[in-house]
Amino acid sequence: MSSALSLLELLAPYPPGWGGVLLAGALSTLAISLGAYGIGILIGLAGALGKLAGGRPLVIALDLYTTAVRAIPELILIVGLYYAGTDGINRVLLAAGLPPIEINGFVAAVAVLGIVQGAYMTEVLRGAILAVPVGQIEAAKAFGMRPSLRFRRIVLPALIPNALPGLANLWMCVTKDSALIAVVGYQELALATRLAAGNTKHYFLFFFAAALLYLAITLVSNVLFGALEGHFRRGQPKNA
Amino acid sequence: MNFSWVSTYWPLLAAGAVQTVLLLVISVVFGFILAIGLALAQINGSRGLKWLARGYCTCLRGTPLLIQLWLLYYGVGSLLPLVPGLRSSFLWPVLREGFFFAAVSFTLNYAAYEAEVLRGALLAVPKGELEAARAFGMSPAQVLRRIWLPRAIRIALPTITGEVVLQLKATPLAFTVTVMDLYAVAYKVRQDTLLVYEPLLVVTVFYVFLTLLVTRAFKIVETRVPVRR
Repeated sequence: MSSALSLLELLAPYPPGWGGVLLAGALSTLAISLGAYGIGILIGLAGALGKLAGGRPLVIALDLYTTAVRAIPELILIVGLYYAGTDGINRVLLAAGLPPIEINGFVAAVAVLGIVQGAYMTEVLRGAILAVPVGQIEAAKAFGMRPSLRFRRIVLPALIPNALPGLANLWMCVTKDSALIAVVGYQELALATRLAAGNTKHYFLFFFAAALLYLAITLVSNVLFGALEGHFRRGQPKNA
Repeated sequence: MNFSWVSTYWPLLAAGAVQTVLLLVISVVFGFILAIGLALAQINGSRGLKWLARGYCTCLRGTPLLIQLWLLYYGVGSLLPLVPGLRSSFLWPVLREGFFFAAVSFTLNYAAYEAEVLRGALLAVPKGELEAARAFGMSPAQVLRRIWLPRAIRIALPTITGEVVLQLKATPLAFTVTVMDLYAVAYKVRQDTLLVYEPLLVVTVFYVFLTLLVTRAFKIVETRVPVRR
């Protein structure tokens, strides 16, 4: 075994050490997670509104989407969507007489994780919207607000405190699920760690370092979401 | 869509399914036992024990399962041969297998999530029932075995169903450490036949079927032990 100094050298951020590769991987993990989370929120909002206010065919289609995504293992979804998505786009391009394109790994990763997140987000936001007191919405209607204005001024601010615990959970899920992207070969923290560990044969050291990085992301996020919830629940009774 | 490969690969598919189910059962059963200890340590333990159990849950719930699995398989796995005498012992054929590492890491991970669920459920058991049990002269162990734990498990049952399904959906990760589970079989079929979607579809149907089976089984248990609301 090597001495403590050489272990530190292995984690150094400049080239002989692999710390820089790990940190770049962590940044990439954060970027993928943020992108997927944003897409997930958009899909989730649309999905929740569609489920609550849409016609029957739309509700059935959305139910199929949320049930399928939540019943199939994430790994299979990610691998399936990754290949099906890139292949599908190229087939469409071929049919249109255009040359195939190489789809950026980052874009594919964000899209795939975003679709998965969207299904869970739909359910979280649907529940949060349903938990908004009916009286408030009726009051808004009585004031003559249009549906879009009502959503922006009344429903959205009222649903955020309800949705935040679920949203926090989903953020933790996406940071951890992004590790699965390593299986399809896009370099984020998990794959960068595997690379570093495989090159130096210090498997334990590097996977432990990666675990600490993930843990740091989780703990910092915990604090941030706690502060966010405190902010959005200001003025609400403490034991509500 | 071409499913002719199923006729040649079905023995492998069946073997893969057995591995998947085995991983699920092992991790849920042993993880649950470990979770009881962790939950009790968080509620009743001394300050050090409480801190330790809480730290364990935070660390295992705060890092991806994939990293935990790789830390065990590559990290600990590369250190194991350094233990003197282990290589020649009768345990070595088991300790060499990816299946062993997958089972251990899934168990440890499941225990961390389940402990949080159980902790909440144990605290949700009405105080009066525990006091009545103590008034009957039951020892703390008897109270736990006869009243506290069964009631807590009943309270947590719907959540436990969800956790078991989540655990099932985590098992395909085992393929990254050379376990020939259901997903690994699909991967092998893809390499052999160059079919991308068909193997994934077949395997997906199996996972969904297993999910339904798990939820149905737990539903039956739930109706067997009804609760008054």
